[in-house]
Amino acid sequence: MTNHKKFTRRKFIKASTAVASAIAAPMILTSRKALAAPTEINMLGWYGTAEPDMVAEFEAAENVKFVPKYYAGGDNMLAALAQNPPGTFDLIHTDAEYARLLIESDLVDELDPSDYPMDDLMHEDFMNFPGHWNDGKLYSLITRYGHLGVSYNKDAITREEAMSYNVFWDEKLKGKVGHFDWHLPSLGEISLLNGNTSPGPFDISEDAWKAVQEKTLSLKPQVGGYFDFGGTFAGLKNAEMLAMVGIGDWVTGILERDGAPVSSVVPEEGGIQWTESYSIVSTSTKKDIVKKYLEYTISAPGQVKSAQMLGYPGFAVTNAGRAMLNEVDPKEAMRTGQVNGDANDPVALIKQGRIHYRDIPKQQSLEDWNDFWSEYKNA
Amino acid sequence: MPPLVIDSQSPSIRKLSVKNKIDLYALTWRMPVIVWQLLFFVGPLLFMIAMSFFLVKNYRMQEAFEMKNWIKMTSRDYFWDAYWYTIGLATLSTVVTSLLAFPAAFGLAFKVSASVRRWAIFLLIIPFFTSYLVRTFSWYVILAESGVANALLGYLGLGPYKMLNTVFGSIVGYLTLTFPLVIILQTLSLANIDRSLLEAAQNLGAGRLRTIWSVTIPAAKTGLIIGAVFCFILSFGDFVAPYYLGGSKPPTLPILIIDTTKAGQQWPRAAVVAVVMMVTLMVVAYTAISIAYRKRR
Repeated sequence: MTNHKKFTRRKFIKASTAVASAIAAPMILTSRKALAAPTEINMLGWYGTAEPDMVAEFEAAENVKFVPKYYAGGDNMLAALAQNPPGTFDLIHTDAEYARLLIESDLVDELDPSDYPMDDLMHEDFMNFPGHWNDGKLYSLITRYGHLGVSYNKDAITREEAMSYNVFWDEKLKGKVGHFDWHLPSLGEISLLNGNTSPGPFDISEDAWKAVQEKTLSLKPQVGGYFDFGGTFAGLKNAEMLAMVGIGDWVTGILERDGAPVSSVVPEEGGIQWTESYSIVSTSTKKDIVKKYLEYTISAPGQVKSAQMLGYPGFAVTNAGRAMLNEVDPKEAMRTGQVNGDANDPVALIKQGRIHYRDIPKQQSLEDWNDFWSEYKNA
Repeated sequence: MPPLVIDSQSPSIRKLSVKNKIDLYALTWRMPVIVWQLLFFVGPLLFMIAMSFFLVKNYRMQEAFEMKNWIKMTSRDYFWDAYWYTIGLATLSTVVTSLLAFPAAFGLAFKVSASVRRWAIFLLIIPFFTSYLVRTFSWYVILAESGVANALLGYLGLGPYKMLNTVFGSIVGYLTLTFPLVIILQTLSLANIDRSLLEAAQNLGAGRLRTIWSVTIPAAKTGLIIGAVFCFILSFGDFVAPYYLGGSKPPTLPILIIDTTKAGQQWPRAAVVAVVMMVTLMVVAYTAISIAYRKRR
């Protein structure tokens, strides 16, 4: 009698489960990271900074998910921080003049400069940028910047005409000059036109401040309106506004990419720079992954993404970032002057002393400037 | 002089005492309205008034009872400029909208069948299904100097005219918001007029215009005024039209509220503006409704 080993259904299921487990085990082990729920990074930033074009690659690579809260204007950012309980945000994207306030309020962590390619930054000012450092310690990592000057419709104004803020008073622009509805950039530009370049357009005496107010009021008959982001885009796009005070390539760049006949220049009197940076919130419980994102933003691929950002473009701050941008998107590099040796190279403009970093008023209160802005709008 | 004796059993006194008793049944039915008003009108209003005395320190509101915000806002010329400009613009919007809506409402009330009227009212409600902001932005395409309106005028040898970022632009925006509502209110009011009054006027020899002026409008007065009041309230408080189509030039009070909150998170100062707006609207609405329900002598 032979003892047949029967291959029962139970044995079959056991065997197939074992085989399947053996095959799947390596895959399960390697993709555990992918299968785990993504870590949420709560970010407070300007619109566009946590959109897929900026963060999707990092999210996929690190299994994280950005949860943005967007704000418009540094005051709103500070208010969002004040009105939310500690621990709400992990990462803050902000302007330099407001980064200083974050540091003074002990809201952000100190960063180790050696973790970032500080030596590769394109200008020495970037290595020790005002507002990002305090007592020789780094708290906010520079990531992008842009210049504000004269933004204009190329069908109505020549580049030569746009090279002075005086173009805003040109008779042919009557009712066609628009303001971005924020006092700092507009009044800063008028301050530059009045020759307040040393120490800077935001550090002016009471007499100089009065002169800025008078000059600004004289522009009123030319003004066609005061606009937010949407109104600024629409006004320039449909040629309702032929020149805009207080903006730059961060607006016209988007329209220019779409073929609109608009552009921005830094006039002879000088331009104003906005500078954005990232800080890690002191109360965050995800500091390691946030630090990794900071490293990514200043890496060459991160800098390219920033320069191409759909929300609004910004200049690369590192040599590696600029080199990669020239390699992968030479058209955008050319358009923005981010080519070594280009006459409009933003770094060259800083070196020529034509750029002044945007700041809050030094000798007057922010309220004084804002009050005047309301009066001007009603004049 | 005989002493005054009150007979509590007299029918008139009994009636009075019954009236003075709280009618629980009626109160039960009124309660939802009272609770609603307390929760969503009186409560927030009181909080807003209280907030106007608060202070802001380090971008955070702090409870206080200080007059600083009131003094600050009411001592500024730009506040009063914005105030009178807003009243003027809302009044203009009310007059224009009411005048433009009346012929349409008249036609719907008297010249079409009940079925057509129902359809027309339904179609007038449809714009409210879409975002007012989106509808406002769509005017950019039409009102721009290179837009549709100027292109059509160009065929007639007219223009181009500047329409965006002007008072005209603001009025167009207000019309977008209020026109359908005012037509509906006017139509309902006109449609409910007792037709025998109109026939009597005509039998007595009144012409069409005389009938409209002396009979139709007085008979529909309440609805017409309520339509105008709604138009004023909505225009007075609207931020979108004067900002996006009027170019914020000059700003209205709602724009001033936004400006105030943007700069330094001054919500208490914005509350001052809001309280002034509320008081103004209450005075306007009360006066208008008093006129609307005033009986003819």
